[in-house]
Amino acid sequence: MPAGPHQLLGHRVADALEAALPGAVIGRHVEWIEVRSDRVRDVLRWLHDSESFDAAQLSNLTSVDRHTHFEVVYHLQSLDLNHQIVVKAIVEDHENPLLPSVYPVYKGALLQEREVYDLMGIRFDGHPDLRRLFLWEGYPAFPLRKDFLSLGQITGKAVNPGLQRFPFEDKESPDRMLNAGNIVTGEREASAGNAGGSAGAGH
Amino acid sequence: MVASPQHEFETQDLLINVGPQHPSTHGVFRMVLTIDGEVVKDVVPYIGYLHRGAEKLCETMDFRQGSGFMDRTEYLAAHNAELSYVMAVEALAGLEVPERAQWIRMILCELNRLSSHFMFLGAFGIDVGVFGTPFIYAWREREAIIDLFEEISGDRMMYAYFRPGGLAWDVPLNFKERVREVLKSTRQGIKDFDELLTQNEIFRARTEGVGTISAEDAIDWGMSGPSIRASGVPLDVRREEPYLKYADVDWDVITGENGDVFDRYYCRLLEMRESVKIIEQCLERLESGIIVPDKMPRMLRAAPGEVYIRTEAPRGEYGIYMVSKGGNRPYRLKVRSACLSNLQALRQMSVDQYVADAILVLGSIDIVLSEVDR
Repeated sequence: MPAGPHQLLGHRVADALEAALPGAVIGRHVEWIEVRSDRVRDVLRWLHDSESFDAAQLSNLTSVDRHTHFEVVYHLQSLDLNHQIVVKAIVEDHENPLLPSVYPVYKGALLQEREVYDLMGIRFDGHPDLRRLFLWEGYPAFPLRKDFLSLGQITGKAVNPGLQRFPFEDKESPDRMLNAGNIVTGEREASAGNAGGSAGAGH
Repeated sequence: MVASPQHEFETQDLLINVGPQHPSTHGVFRMVLTIDGEVVKDVVPYIGYLHRGAEKLCETMDFRQGSGFMDRTEYLAAHNAELSYVMAVEALAGLEVPERAQWIRMILCELNRLSSHFMFLGAFGIDVGVFGTPFIYAWREREAIIDLFEEISGDRMMYAYFRPGGLAWDVPLNFKERVREVLKSTRQGIKDFDELLTQNEIFRARTEGVGTISAEDAIDWGMSGPSIRASGVPLDVRREEPYLKYADVDWDVITGENGDVFDRYYCRLLEMRESVKIIEQCLERLESGIIVPDKMPRMLRAAPGEVYIRTEAPRGEYGIYMVSKGGNRPYRLKVRSACLSNLQALRQMSVDQYVADAILVLGSIDIVLSEVDR
């Protein structure tokens, strides 16, 4: 994917960061930079204070489950210089993910970090009020994780049947979806049509 | 014996629960106010009553289904919500949108902004205490726009009209005349509101200087849309990162000065005039042509990669962060909600205001709970 018209090239940001905070950057791409999760607050503070990058606003904060690790993605923007910077913190520990909160740098992280904690189960060290945001305290899972089963499968109790039908990716072979029979998509319709046309059996 | 005039009373803070079912919370939103007398000391918002797991659901839906689902995340400005999603898919799938489809998208998005802002004007009037009149006025103007949407897409709220690549079908033949007709009543409606509310002394006394937030704080809290522009920050995605054809038309970014409740109201009102201006220019430049690319794949597949598309919805920056591993559905989808970010500043704007004004502050950021909770 080419970077957006006002997105700063990751290499340029990485070079500047390498000079200022040695060892923080662990990966550079065209669109984003990858930083060590324990240094992310330093990195964002530096980008926030730096005159040449001037990342005044935290526009978006989210996370991606990559099966073996988590990515926490920060979209920063400068209002005066009109550009965007994408920073990804790589959280290696998939069992017990923890990284520093950026609330001391951007107040706008307050609810967005709570949302990430609520749905992805990533804890933020130094967040003033880390509680569930959408779901209730005591909900036994983090639904946006790729290995999210369902409430019934976790607790062993009968729950609303709608909650038991979530398809999810197979950890061993990410192309395969478990519970895939519950997805109704054009792809399945198309493949069912082909199968029906060629074999004509099985339906 | 004379009682000491410096006698200190022991005061106790009172907790008031507002919502989740309350007309002034604009949906299922709950906040707990800590008050000292009539003055708000603390606000704790509780959200999630409308959480449907839209992001998780979209991981299991293909792109065609996902764009329709986006309507449900922002039901007052569904065209704008769809736009971010289909633009993200188009960026990942490498689709080129025909000119005509872009102009029509722009007209519909601006019309949706008008209908959404009319909804705000009506509901905000009730928050202030002007019962009845502005709400019904707003409903009348909004109805005309919604009727037009119904003629085009067949639905009054969940349009599912923008599709990856272009539009679902072409607009009716009398589209231009109908839009001009609607704009005529809209222009009159904006004028009515200007006279009814802006020039009303009681309204101004109620809203001016209330719930002020400075430009620095608004940026720090991650606010966007009219709520940040009222504080004097000219942040508008349509101007900063022009999408569709916004670079080709002439319009102004409206900013306020004080960042109070009145400015947030007035910015929206002035912004509606700009929307009318944009639509008129779009109508002049709308020409006949195709509305989906010639080589449209039957099964849409995205390239592996990721994209963050942001557009200017009526409430602010509505972003879609889409991660694709190839295939016909997103690996991860995040909806960046403008309302959630604006809501973060609620506490700072409401503290040290009167209880009645806390309701005004909440009304002035124009939250839609379906977008906050997703």
